[in-house]
Amino acid sequence: MKIIDLEKSTVRELNQALHDQHEECTEREWEVTGVKGDHNLAVGLDESISVHIKGHAGYYCAGMNKKANIVVHGNAGQGVGENMMSGQVRVMGDASQSAGATAHGGLLVIEGNAGARCGISLKGADIVVKGNVGHMSCFMAQAGNLVVCGDAGDALGDSLYETRIYVKGTVKSLGADCVEKEMRAEHIQELTDLLNRAGVDENPSSFKRYGSARNLYNFKVDNASAY
Amino acid sequence: MSDKDLDVNAGLRESSTFDLHSMAEIRRAAETGIYDIRGFGAKRKVPHFDDLLFLGASMSRYPLEGYREACNTKVTLGTRFAKKPIELDIPVTIAGMSFGALSANAKEALGRGASEVGTSTTTGDGGMTPEERGQSKKLVYQYLPSRYGMNPDDLRKADAIEVVLGQGAKPGGGGMLLGQKITDRVAQMRTLPKGVDQRSACRHPDWTGPDDLAIKIQELREITDWQVPIYIKVGATRTYYDVKLAAKAGADVIVVDGMQGGTAATQEVFIEHVGIPTMAAIPQAVQALQEMGMHRKVQLIVSGGIRNGADVAKCMALGADAVAIGTAALIALGCNHPKWDEEFRKIGSAAGYYDDYHEGKDPAGISTQDPELSKRLDPVAGGHRLANYLRVLTMEAQTLARACGKNDLRNLEPEDLVALTVESAAMARVPLAGTSWIPGQGF
Repeated sequence: MKIIDLEKSTVRELNQALHDQHEECTEREWEVTGVKGDHNLAVGLDESISVHIKGHAGYYCAGMNKKANIVVHGNAGQGVGENMMSGQVRVMGDASQSAGATAHGGLLVIEGNAGARCGISLKGADIVVKGNVGHMSCFMAQAGNLVVCGDAGDALGDSLYETRIYVKGTVKSLGADCVEKEMRAEHIQELTDLLNRAGVDENPSSFKRYGSARNLYNFKVDNASAY
Repeated sequence: MSDKDLDVNAGLRESSTFDLHSMAEIRRAAETGIYDIRGFGAKRKVPHFDDLLFLGASMSRYPLEGYREACNTKVTLGTRFAKKPIELDIPVTIAGMSFGALSANAKEALGRGASEVGTSTTTGDGGMTPEERGQSKKLVYQYLPSRYGMNPDDLRKADAIEVVLGQGAKPGGGGMLLGQKITDRVAQMRTLPKGVDQRSACRHPDWTGPDDLAIKIQELREITDWQVPIYIKVGATRTYYDVKLAAKAGADVIVVDGMQGGTAATQEVFIEHVGIPTMAAIPQAVQALQEMGMHRKVQLIVSGGIRNGADVAKCMALGADAVAIGTAALIALGCNHPKWDEEFRKIGSAAGYYDDYHEGKDPAGISTQDPELSKRLDPVAGGHRLANYLRVLTMEAQTLARACGKNDLRNLEPEDLVALTVESAAMARVPLAGTSWIPGQGF
């Protein structure tokens, strides 16, 4: 276990040390202490290492993560796990807005609640939120899954493409072109897998599924020749 | 005798307000119920660089000998924070245009042409293709609101990163790529279903203002270990304030794109009615940087309607460090070429007028994803034409700089310019020719 204390080291030194593991991996277990809401912690990692951040993280923690397993032992600021490609990011507390924005792959787990725009422009990653999500979650989300064990705020899934959304609690309102869809066996199976991977103990059959009505995929067909 | 002359002789009078184009637009809107979408940039006449003239040297200034006395064209971009700034042999770069909007051959040709003369190309709203990375010695990777294809591997392969807040053709609007051009490969790169009308977001998904942007830029620097320059691109509107905020947010380079800048697909009403002319934006940007003590420390690239070496020289005289070209580069490749006129007419256009880039039917094989049409552009020959054109732009700009006694294009200054019209004098902040009057700055 390698410990980096941010009261003695800079964020630059932390990230450089973690990036260096891609060239030559000398340590698989990392712990970051002295964390006081610093921004850009453990961003751009590209190696199968574990990083435990002992405190609250600022913006973009674990941004563009590949392969690494990153745990925030506290709350996370805006854009946690943004554009992650693979690996796993877990926030033990709450996450601010745009959690998992544009993420292409991997798994993001929020143990608490997530703010507005959770999973905005999601591109293939899976996000599991044990609590609630804020308004405009999955706005323009393209692929991947969002699982909400609590409630969802206004305009869920607005302008959605192919992302699947599973919500156990209430949905305050659905966004444009987002509709409730049938939970078929394949969806129960997919949700079961997602919950298992996230280590969340919930009954998959108590969730509802939401997806795109695909009415906004093309402008009015009658006028297609005029575009 | 033209049709117009006949009309006049017959006593017919066209309304200036309801001219024939406006009437046709009203009919089109009434028939289709949808706004017009097209490519290209603003077609309306706006004050432009043609309204400026250089004051060549004579008694009070000393000219340089053409061809024999050096006039430097090299420029280094990203000297503020990046460990590896971009060094360009000429101050003319290729603006961001996406694979998707353009064919793979067109992207490759842009890379070949730019590399041949030692300048950079830029990706677009569709990620980085191996073709353009392979053929571009210096490649700027755009970081757009859509984040299509965005990934840390390509980010680290880039020679610079351009955070795009907007573009001159549509400041405040997101990208658009209609279903006709969303082929399997384009769809896969953008993680979208094939054939959808793709509407990119107009705002970034994970930051909302200049303070957030400063943190976002830090993140991009951290991911790339502070190696490469970070540009911020804005469409020209409130340029004075936008440039100040961009510099404060930590940009190495600021790109200002005027309203004449092109697009692959946008509502016509947006293209023609939003933004300010390139010439009007430059003095605002330069003033903002000068007030912060950042002029030349944060480099300024301007784009939007640049066609010839005079335009390049005038941009630089007003204080730009480099320019970017998009539409002109496509024309050099063969866009709107008269040899395809018959085919342009078959699709309801004509050579020189074609702007339906969004339809993907470009007879010149540039703004298309059709494999047969794409073959019409040979990327090697196209690249060479672009290189020729870039050389001419540079030589023309050098000719003007030497005439003004400058041994470096960046030594050109506003004092070398006068304006032909009151409007251009006010916008460019140079005196009306033959006077010492700069409108707005007293007598």
